Amino acid sequence: MRIKFLLFALYRDLVGAEELELVVPPGSTAADAVTALRARGGGSSRLPERPVVAINRIYAGLDEILSDNDELALLPPVAGG
Amino acid sequence: MNSHCCHRWPVVDLQSAMQPALITREAIDTAAVLAAVSAPAHGAVALFLGTVREQNDGRPVSGMRYDSYEAMASDVLAEIVAEAAATMGEGEIVAVHRIGELSIGDVSVAIAAASPHRAPAFDAARYIIEEIKLRLPVWKQEHYNDGSQRWLA
Repeated sequence: MRIKFLLFALYRDLVGAEELELVVPPGSTAADAVTALRARGGGSSRLPERPVVAINRIYAGLDEILSDNDELALLPPVAGG
Repeated sequence: MNSHCCHRWPVVDLQSAMQPALITREAIDTAAVLAAVSAPAHGAVALFLGTVREQNDGRPVSGMRYDSYEAMASDVLAEIVAEAAATMGEGEIVAVHRIGELSIGDVSVAIAAASPHRAPAFDAARYIIEEIKLRLPVWKQEHYNDGSQRWLA
């Protein structure tokens, strides 16, 4: 299934892209998808193993199972205000 | 009649257009934020402004870039405001967060809470800024006088 990653701030700089798509096996969790992204190597391998994530704009646990075409956002520690 | 001259409707328009929670790339009109919550029943209005500071950790800052997951940030800010409003009870709240390139002294966040009494107004404004710090998907990158920059965490 196809997963759309969204990357922000420091993570976007590390990966060198705002968004990208990867195909992961059905039944993959958010953690599995992050592992697949980190395995691309380069700056992506410097992403944390267990980042804060949001699935389809809602904070989610890394053990949550993804669905086809889910939007998986990797969120650096927030710093608003 | 000159429609561009003396009508007062734009002021009313601004008030009715002010959403309770807003992520914007425009400069924040703090007077409009205040006006949006003010009402005869509200004897207390707390206004909190966050502004871009000229230094951080002793290092001179020349400006700041705010990045955001805009679609999610709008939802999260609305959620935070709704929580504060539920606790506050009677009153009005508006919270605005600016993103994009900001200069020293620019207002990055404005929160106005109006209530019949001061304690709920102060509490609501305080709650919102603390929750923004915890969970609003917004990031800032400081620009330094020497041309370098750094994402804050």
